[in-house]
Amino acid sequence: MHKKNKSKTIKRLLSYVAKEYKFQFIIVFISIIISALVGVVGVQFIKVLIDEYITPLITSQVKDFTPLLNTLKIMALVYLVGVVCTYLYNRLMINISQGVLNKIRKEMFEHMEELPISYFDSKGHGEIMSTYTNDVDTLRQMLSQSIPQVFSCVVSMVAVAIAMLSTNVYLTLVVAAMVILMIFVSKYLGTNSSKFFVKQQEDIGELNGYIEEMMEGQRVVKVFNHEEENKNSFDKLNEELCDSVTNANTYANVLMPCIMNIGNVGYVLVAVIGGILSVNGILTIGAIAAFLQYVKAFTNPLGQVSQQMNSIVMALAGAQRIFELIDEPIEKDEGYVTLVNAKEENGKIVEVKERTGMWAWKHAHRNGTLSYVKLRGNVEFENVTFGYKPNKMVLHDISLNAKEGEKVSFVGATGAGKTTITNLINRFYDINEGKIRYDGINVEKIKKDDLRRSLGMVLQDTSLFTGTIKDNIRYGKLDATDEEVVEAAKLANANYFIEDLPQGYDTVIRGGGEGLSQGQRQLLSIARAALNNPPVLILDEATSSIDTRTEKIVQEGMDKLMKGRTVFVIAHRLSTIRNSDLIMVLDHGRIIERGNHDELIKEHKTYYGLYTGAIEMD
Amino acid sequence: MVKKLASYLKEYKKSALITPIFVVLEVIMEVLIPFLMAKIIDVGINNGDVHYIVKIGTFLIISAILSLAFGMLSGKFAAKASAGFSKNLRKEMFHKIQDYSFENINKFSTSSLITRMTTDVTNVQMAFQMIIRILVRGPVMMLFALLMVLSISPKLSLVYIVAIILLGIVLVYIALKAHPNFEKVFKKYDHLNRVVQENVQAIRVVKAYVREDYEKNKFKKVNDEVYSLFKKAEKIVAFNSPAMQITIYTCIVLISWIGSNLIVGGSMQTGQLSSMITYAWQILASLMMLSMVFVMVIMASSSAERILEVIEEEPKIKNKKNCIKNVKNGDIEFRHVDFVYSDEKDPNKFALKDINLKIKSGETIGVIGSTGSSKSTFVQLIPRLYDTTHGEVLVGGKNVKDYDIKSLRDAVSMVLQKNVLFKGTIAENLRWGNKEASFEELENACKLAQADGFIKEFPEQYDTMLDQGGTNVSGGQKQRICIARALLKKPKILILDDSTSAVDTKTDALIRKAFREDLPETTKIIIAQRISSVIDADRIIVLHNGKIDGIGTNEELLKTNKIYQEVYESQMKGVEENA
Repeated sequence: MHKKNKSKTIKRLLSYVAKEYKFQFIIVFISIIISALVGVVGVQFIKVLIDEYITPLITSQVKDFTPLLNTLKIMALVYLVGVVCTYLYNRLMINISQGVLNKIRKEMFEHMEELPISYFDSKGHGEIMSTYTNDVDTLRQMLSQSIPQVFSCVVSMVAVAIAMLSTNVYLTLVVAAMVILMIFVSKYLGTNSSKFFVKQQEDIGELNGYIEEMMEGQRVVKVFNHEEENKNSFDKLNEELCDSVTNANTYANVLMPCIMNIGNVGYVLVAVIGGILSVNGILTIGAIAAFLQYVKAFTNPLGQVSQQMNSIVMALAGAQRIFELIDEPIEKDEGYVTLVNAKEENGKIVEVKERTGMWAWKHAHRNGTLSYVKLRGNVEFENVTFGYKPNKMVLHDISLNAKEGEKVSFVGATGAGKTTITNLINRFYDINEGKIRYDGINVEKIKKDDLRRSLGMVLQDTSLFTGTIKDNIRYGKLDATDEEVVEAAKLANANYFIEDLPQGYDTVIRGGGEGLSQGQRQLLSIARAALNNPPVLILDEATSSIDTRTEKIVQEGMDKLMKGRTVFVIAHRLSTIRNSDLIMVLDHGRIIERGNHDELIKEHKTYYGLYTGAIEMD
Repeated sequence: MVKKLASYLKEYKKSALITPIFVVLEVIMEVLIPFLMAKIIDVGINNGDVHYIVKIGTFLIISAILSLAFGMLSGKFAAKASAGFSKNLRKEMFHKIQDYSFENINKFSTSSLITRMTTDVTNVQMAFQMIIRILVRGPVMMLFALLMVLSISPKLSLVYIVAIILLGIVLVYIALKAHPNFEKVFKKYDHLNRVVQENVQAIRVVKAYVREDYEKNKFKKVNDEVYSLFKKAEKIVAFNSPAMQITIYTCIVLISWIGSNLIVGGSMQTGQLSSMITYAWQILASLMMLSMVFVMVIMASSSAERILEVIEEEPKIKNKKNCIKNVKNGDIEFRHVDFVYSDEKDPNKFALKDINLKIKSGETIGVIGSTGSSKSTFVQLIPRLYDTTHGEVLVGGKNVKDYDIKSLRDAVSMVLQKNVLFKGTIAENLRWGNKEASFEELENACKLAQADGFIKEFPEQYDTMLDQGGTNVSGGQKQRICIARALLKKPKILILDDSTSAVDTKTDALIRKAFREDLPETTKIIIAQRISSVIDADRIIVLHNGKIDGIGTNEELLKTNKIYQEVYESQMKGVEENA
């Protein structure tokens, strides 16, 4: 990581602490200092005890233990303060670190929910997940363990350094030289070990990828007797990971013995030089003894700090990824037109609270007046051009006009741009050129949430959530009664299989619906949309895995529900869209044919070819 | 459990055993060093004897070098052993999973298998490294330090023994109390991750239904639960360091007091007192380390259990002894076959019920039926992807259970409904069917599957790289590559499970024609939604709710079978009108 970034990341992390936990953090800060100082005093104490109490006692005639006892009492008190401080900072650090993590996770998630779809397209799901798991976890380690420990070590080291300096400058220089050597060594080992830790992460990623791919394809593996080959490929990757793990851990494991033994050598040097000095009368014996204690007291925390460095570096890299997520620009929404329930009174549209089945667009004008436009479901594209990447357009000059109550369908090969068109209506993506109007209003002026509320959507990828079947259907309307849920399930023809499940509507779905067939999942998501009962509905390959007989039943239900409302349909099974009012054939991002079924059949062009099976769809 | 796990050390056993030896040597040096240091102060410096200081100093430096060497070696071997151990565990699991049947895999679910192979193994690896280094280090350190203390003053060492026992009890108590709380935290953590994962996957649904706030609330709830559970667990552990400090400080004060009395009484020396206190730190620090390891081991033990579950799972479908290696021909027979999925709670919920059927080698059989009519289940019994619940399935006149699984599956080629292509070139993917296939053979298979044409239009032709899952070719192309792959096996029986759904009807017809003309000996079973895909089959089976509703040719079924008529109506009417 770049140095500047590193300090920026640290600053930002600290700002989380400072914002809400200023007071607690100050107490932690003080407690650590006290606790560390008590530790340092503890080292000193034994010398004082011997020099000032025990030795005089041996020589004196009157064996009066009272002063010793009093000192011990005072010491006990000092130690008690130290223990209390230790508990205090450990305890408060839990508040702080868990609080900060809670806040960070919350911020991450809330921010993530506001990110544009394009973010999820560009990032691997695994990558996003690992920010929540690995990165937050290393951060926890750092906040709750590394930081207090490093801080406490630094405090003791400073205190000891001062004590050393005040005892003897020359010997301090010897120690300083040792410290520089230690820093040098730990830097060398640390760089190497973090290099291999990075390699290890990469190797783990690769191995995970392989495992995932093969687990997904396990059925194919079985059918093709490919088990042995898989084992071999796996072994190769596994071996590589093993190497980098070994290397990373070796460097990390070696660090501590190196630091400690350099410290030991320093100890000897100080002893020898100090011995020479004391023989020459420059230093007292007591001073050297004390100094040697200092050397120990100095190198111990240094070793601990060096051990923490790896986890700190890893945590900071994680924190950086977390902040990257939080800093990702969110969906733009400059809309001000909102969607309200309405009713007609004396030919005028009036806003009401309850659901009337009639909706209106509420326009707040600059001069403070309000106007209402009835939601009809007219969607108009005017010369729309769009590309996911700025230099590669996937839709060219699309113009279309879907009128209130029409069923409008898109057909065409994979990649022709069918789904893209529907994703522009609800502004999952923003167009590059042209205009999209909804009931005559530019969709950019409509508040995104309201725009989307006006458009129901059933996708090919069904995306169920962990929870009961009932909960999943209710996702379409959170306050729906049980009866409404069952009603919607009936409409989607999903009630038969649901009632067959062991707990019926209360059966818990796990892992995106692993126990259900793709067709059953689609029926559920149709039920969800039916309950949502939206003014305009988009069905994107919503029935692709449902057999034709069932589809027919579902379709009749949906047609009834959406009667008089606009429906957009994408399907590659052409029987699904035959009764559409308007069919548009897309090819390479352009509309090449349009009309209803009979018209297009008469034209004897692409649609005709598709319908008779002469041309391949996908 | 430990014994079972240890058996996977294998070639790393030596490293795993050497590590503790070096750890012990390292500890000996570490105990020796303060002893020598004390000598420098007590004898050398107190007497101003530089010569003595240099002599002991030299010893000390040699010890330091040795300590360094032992430390490095133990670190190196520990890394090697733990990395190797985890490698073996992963290997063992992956290899085992390769031998699993579908039933085994369904039992665990793929996501759980992945976690077990990654996170759980890492946990065990770390704990293992801790065990061979610190679990040895702690007690040895304590033992040596105690010996030194005993040699100085047996009376005073009583203080330590009491302290060790008390602190030990407290630490174990804390660890035991914390453990269930941490378990709860991790469970909640899983929950939190699940919410995130589902949101990442279902972001379009969330946004389409404008449920961002709903999801935020859901997350907030779990997040707060994690927060409070974690706090509760950590609060318990927060007593660790104060407990240790209070013990050590109490020891120091007590020893100072008793020691002073002893010294004044003349039965102890001042230098010994300082050594006593140095050892106090060492003893309790090692106890502290032990408690840390203890917590880690407890946490890792649930991971270890999960790993062993995978390794010890018995593959449901295994070879019999003296199994048959040669499949004679493509005859298939079902005799009173019932099938119930093993995860089905209701044992009477048959996915297939009393299926009786004879198919002759070379026949083409179409299968039609609605969602949930068990079409896929039906054909998956043939290559023995599942075993029947009752009754038997025969291939080439022999029960499928009597065959060597590999030979059976080589003879029965199947294109699955959920087609999967892998990262690699098209040629590499095709060679899954036959490793040794020559280029001509690849080409030939692709021609039959009507895939050769479009593959040759790619700039890299057969060397075109496919993404994971083959997402960079269209659905129809993917299906045709999958068919070609299946053909390369030169099977006796070929099963297509709804695998031409994205192929246009013309190409579909060409594929079937190629099958008829070039694979007359091969039995072909074609499951389809599209009636045109099965219309010219020798016989068509109509499946309904796991039972055979009708068998016959298109004409026969049109006359006799109501379901078939309905399906035919819904699909063919428009075409006939307009064509």
